[in-house]
Amino acid sequence: MKYLKLQKVKVKIAMLNVTNLNVGYGSFQALFNIDIDVNAGEAVAVIGPNGAGKTTLMRAISGLMPVKSGTINMEGTDVTKTPAHDIVKLGIAHVPEHRRLFPRMSVEDNLRMGSYAPQFRANYHKRLDFVYSLFPRMQERRNQLAGTMSGGEQQMCAIGRALMSDPKILLMDEPSAGLAPVIVQQVFDLINKIKSEGLTVLIVEQNVKQVLKVVDRAYIIEAGSLKMGGTSSELLGSSEVQKAYLGM
Amino acid sequence: MAEFLDSLFSIFFIETLMNGLLLGGILALLSVGLNLIFGVIDVVWICYAEIIMVGMYLIFYLNNDLGVHIIPSMIAGILFSGLVGWLTHKIVIARLIDAAPINQLIATGGLLFFFQGAAMIVFGIEFRNMGVSLGSLAVSEDIYLSWTRLISFAISGLIVVALYLFLSRSYLGAAIRAISQDKEIMSLMGVDTKKLYLLTSAIGGALAGLGGCLLVLQYDVHPFIGLSFGPITFIICVMGGLGNMVGGFIAAFIFSELITIGGYFAEIEWGYVLAFVFFIIMMFIRPEGLFARKS
Ligand SMILES: Nc1ncnc2c1ncn2[C@@H]1O[C@H](COP(=O)(O)OP(=O)(O)OP(=O)(O)O)[C@@H](O)[C@H]1O
Ligand SMILES: [Mg+2]
Repeated sequence: MKYLKLQKVKVKIAMLNVTNLNVGYGSFQALFNIDIDVNAGEAVAVIGPNGAGKTTLMRAISGLMPVKSGTINMEGTDVTKTPAHDIVKLGIAHVPEHRRLFPRMSVEDNLRMGSYAPQFRANYHKRLDFVYSLFPRMQERRNQLAGTMSGGEQQMCAIGRALMSDPKILLMDEPSAGLAPVIVQQVFDLINKIKSEGLTVLIVEQNVKQVLKVVDRAYIIEAGSLKMGGTSSELLGSSEVQKAYLGM
Repeated sequence: MAEFLDSLFSIFFIETLMNGLLLGGILALLSVGLNLIFGVIDVVWICYAEIIMVGMYLIFYLNNDLGVHIIPSMIAGILFSGLVGWLTHKIVIARLIDAAPINQLIATGGLLFFFQGAAMIVFGIEFRNMGVSLGSLAVSEDIYLSWTRLISFAISGLIVVALYLFLSRSYLGAAIRAISQDKEIMSLMGVDTKKLYLLTSAIGGALAGLGGCLLVLQYDVHPFIGLSFGPITFIICVMGGLGNMVGGFIAAFIFSELITIGGYFAEIEWGYVLAFVFFIIMMFIRPEGLFARKS
């Protein structure tokens, strides 16, 4: 019996395109002419020092911040002015900085809120099973108040909540922040797993070394401007990146 | 002393306790709507009792002047109060949602005078009575409880339980609990927070209307009736921990018993004095309320 070796052909299908984006708080401009593309199935990181504007970028994409100029496209649809509560319905889920769970609600109620929009409700049980298979710990803790869990558990719950809407792209803002090294490793393993499920990922991280092992490409933002972009291996090999972010 | 003990074990004291319980039911219902709005929107409607008054007037007008049957009149009263609650948010609060709390207080305080003034212009300042009497239930030879109060108590209880189930079991109820904990994140969950605030305000208004249905059976309607219930309702919410519905519920019964017990030993006005003194002392001991949630 002969068998065909399937060749992996990478066809780039654009999912998220950010073009010439300018965002600010009042008269303070936080992002200058940012261009970012994420293709379907890719994992892309945004890295940069504190205050660079990474969170601002994520918030602009998911509609939490108004955009001064530039465009945000999701699968060819202009979503620049779409309000946050409609963005999620287009398949963009956001795991916010500092997790932002509903602390006085149970884990399961938190997850339930992730599938709140009417079109997600029909799949609630299916998605809940999926999230519980990904995080058996969440099933054990399903009735615990989210605010009483450990940082790592809360991060799992926050990711689980975002996955409840069966998104096409997952935005993650520093999922490893404030966690013990062992837990950080678990978070990155998990991102790998989510990626292998075929989900597209855009992730903000400060653990540069670890995140570059997981993602396909990365962008570096400094002081609101795009400094550099490339594949993970390109960036890992760049002496600038090594000096500024990898402590070599 | 013996006289005091006598009065404590008297049959009339038991009747007093029961009446306190019945009053507590109504106060619990009144506080639940105000608490819901505070808990979700983080705004205190100073004019809450005036929305109750508006509901009472509509019921009175439909039933007494137009001869509409009492039940449809009450349903109209509930729906209209819900609309008033919706409008209160839409026209006033939505514009002040990010303003300082004092601005919101002044605005809803202004609404209080608006509702009082409007009621005076439309209905005059006469006390109006529905003249409904359902008689009393003889619990024993000496204890009589008014049917109106009993029915009000039962309805209050049902509504409070229904609201509790709604908030704890339904999608919408969970969203209402969640939005009070993190408004911005709720929009990431696909919730139009502006719409949810309007809906909550309408539910709060409708609960005020429901309170109006029960009060109109027992009390005269006049433009200042809100002053008889507004302060107590507000104080019950504060004592229970503002926004804490279960706390408010328990506080309603503590308050109503203090009022009726004070009224039993002296005049009913002394009952209020007793209750308010208790409130002031409590505010020194536990300023965050009896059942404030840990933050
Ligand atoms: N609400 C705000 N009002 C005014 N300026 C803000 C606000 N939020 C952020 N900024 C400013 O915008 C810039 C970018 O902030 P942002 O939170 O996007 O940075 P970041 O890259 O996510 O930083 P970190 O790694 O610390 O999370 C910073 O200079 C910050 O001070
Ligand atoms: Mg940030």
